[in-house]
Amino acid sequence: MIMEVIRYDIVIIGAGLAGLRAAIAAAEKSREVSIALISKTYPIRCHSVCAEGGTAAVLREDEGDSFDLHGWDTVKGSDFLADQDAVEFFVKECPKEILRLDNWGCPWSRREDGKIAQRAFGGQSFNRTVFAADRTGFHEVHTLYERSLTYTNIVRYDEYFVTNLFIEDYAVKGVSAIHLKTGDMVFFNAKAVILATGGAGRLYGFTTYSHQVTGDGLAIAYRAGVPLKDMEFVQFHPTGLIPSGILMTEACRGEGGYLRNRNGERFMEKYAPERMELAPRDVVARAMWTEIIEGRGFEGPYGAYIALDLTHLGEEKIEERLPLIRDAARKFAGIDPVEEPIPVKPVAHYTMGGIHTNMWTETPVKGLYAAGEVAAVSIHGANRLGSNSTAECLVFGRVAGEKAVEYIQSRNYVQITKEERFAEEKRIFDEFLGKNGDENPYNIKKALNETMDRYFWIFRAGEEMKEGIKKIQGLKKKYENIEITDKKKGFNTDLMQAMEIGFMLDLAEVVAVGAYTRTESRGAHYRLDCPKRDDERWLKHTLAHYTPEGPKLDYIPVTITRWQPVERKY
Amino acid sequence: MEREVLFRIRRFDGKWSYWQDFRFTARQGMTVLEGLYLIKENLDGSLTFRASCRMGICGSCAVKIDGKPRLACETQIFDMGDVLKIEPLDNMPVLRDLVVDMDGFFRKHEVVKPYLIRSDDDYKNPEEFLQTPKELHVYYDFSLCIKCAACYSACPASATRSDYLGPAAITAAYRFCADSRDEGREERLALVSGSNGVWRCHFNAECSEVCPKSIEPAKAIQKMRLMSAIHMIKSIFR
Repeated sequence: MIMEVIRYDIVIIGAGLAGLRAAIAAAEKSREVSIALISKTYPIRCHSVCAEGGTAAVLREDEGDSFDLHGWDTVKGSDFLADQDAVEFFVKECPKEILRLDNWGCPWSRREDGKIAQRAFGGQSFNRTVFAADRTGFHEVHTLYERSLTYTNIVRYDEYFVTNLFIEDYAVKGVSAIHLKTGDMVFFNAKAVILATGGAGRLYGFTTYSHQVTGDGLAIAYRAGVPLKDMEFVQFHPTGLIPSGILMTEACRGEGGYLRNRNGERFMEKYAPERMELAPRDVVARAMWTEIIEGRGFEGPYGAYIALDLTHLGEEKIEERLPLIRDAARKFAGIDPVEEPIPVKPVAHYTMGGIHTNMWTETPVKGLYAAGEVAAVSIHGANRLGSNSTAECLVFGRVAGEKAVEYIQSRNYVQITKEERFAEEKRIFDEFLGKNGDENPYNIKKALNETMDRYFWIFRAGEEMKEGIKKIQGLKKKYENIEITDKKKGFNTDLMQAMEIGFMLDLAEVVAVGAYTRTESRGAHYRLDCPKRDDERWLKHTLAHYTPEGPKLDYIPVTITRWQPVERKY
Repeated sequence: MEREVLFRIRRFDGKWSYWQDFRFTARQGMTVLEGLYLIKENLDGSLTFRASCRMGICGSCAVKIDGKPRLACETQIFDMGDVLKIEPLDNMPVLRDLVVDMDGFFRKHEVVKPYLIRSDDDYKNPEEFLQTPKELHVYYDFSLCIKCAACYSACPASATRSDYLGPAAITAAYRFCADSRDEGREERLALVSGSNGVWRCHFNAECSEVCPKSIEPAKAIQKMRLMSAIHMIKSIFR
């Protein structure tokens, strides 16, 4: 068997918004460094293209916006679990990213005077969300991808599936990957590695995420000994299209859309009288779920739902500002939002937690960086504000790229040893691919999805979560006994997906144990048995460390610079 | 509502090519992509296809359904007959089952310099360029290409000339040539005016017919021909 070893100064895993941005930043900083951009899909197939509503940035201080305001909105939105030094840095960097993308060709929506337009978004107290119709992520990714083609020192490895991370003396030294086309294993020897593989949303069954968002980078880092931070905080977006879960952007409400229950009431006036439909996502999702539980949802063939009403906005505005929404609602639900309300309910949407990094995207392992949704910097704390995630990918993708270039200057390559390479090949091709048990891995995934949807959803409770943890552990046992049907080498998606399911099981356990242990309610983590926020005991970040028996938790303090925790009202 | 359907899938295992039938019960609202997942997860784990967003924006899942290139995720099973013939896209080598090798397709896109070209590009101190909604409108629809290669698969010129850039690449070139912020038009026109470029198109407009995003690549090619003609006349007198 051929075992290829390729050397690059910097290896970036994941070619979505954060990965592409990191690659460009590294290449801009030095035309001398060699950069490999590895991704299990072609870059423009990444999940970032699904981001719809926009990217937050303070562009108009002359019109009343300020870094202070964006910072405060973000910290309050996070239910005070964000690290405030990171937030202060983040908000100041966002505008530059918007302008860079403009200079690189992003088709931002415009005002009549030709300036970049901005719209209202949940929890943002100024209209600061920059957008490109309702396909913002799509245009951002394409712009960065296109720009990345101009750098000769970025070499892409499209459709390479990363299987492991190699670390020696607390420093990273490379990764292994399967080249899907040939099925061969390739080793990348690197001085620095940047993880930009996105979140873990496919843990849930009803989700906005693309099929491939299986938390690979999170799980690989976790198993290699890197702690995961605040994984119990999972965002439920208020408006997932029924039955597919496809995202109906918050911009629907930003542009003036209403949420109504079966009595026709705009029920948000009970829950967030001031911000109404534009309260942060945790608040709106809980309100909708409450309406559903208390019997005020509409009844449909897929269960109860809430109506997202855009009919009063008119066809012209919907066509101009929300064309994708109209198209998707027609194609996937057979409904034209110009004519009738869209059936929606809350849907798993974002992983606030992630690989533990400081505000410079550095993990506890030297030379290993994480940026974008895979990381917990943490600027989102317990609840992310809409339009802060694409902004995070751009800002911290750039930081990671630049930091990695600085780091490699004084580093030499440390070899991935022959023994390590043989062991990895044996693990994947002999032991894993050779599995001939009697469990169908896809049935395990389905059971995992059902478990997460049931026990670790919007409203959680101690006893139920305990039950859920047992179920996840049971599934992990079953997983040891799976069968991989496809034994062929080239383009073996059966092998890849079976490995992804293994990643998800480990991550599900981290989410579950973190949630069960945190006996308070904060942001997106809401417990019926502990409904209050408890700053005295729980104003701290969870860190989960891998052990073969399951996650071991410890805690670190939250960085507070300017904003003391207060009661959160909208 | 439920219905018995048959997926007749063109398979390729790296060596042999053959048809295989899968029968299952589809429910109303189910897409062809969901059908493929149902088969993979329950009937045959070796069935190989690409998929990602399942909402028509990532461009992964284009296949031929009853002979026509379409996104599997946007195609409702109930809109088709009881038997659905599913094949990989044309004009690209098949790697396995429904997966084709798209490296060549992406390389052709890279060739046309599909990015904004400016002389005053300043990485450190970016400035806001102005662009009115009217200027944006000129090229915006052409920026919606998801690179699914449906057009490339349907293109008769791509079928006969393997070096032809194809509809998606030329559309990308036009998108930037028509952007009011761009200064690289001449550079780009030189790249698409050769024998592998805009003049190779037969103008059958199959590309526009099959584009799942209704982009009309044929229109972009026509506009590029006009620009290219002017470019060529100018270069004679230069």
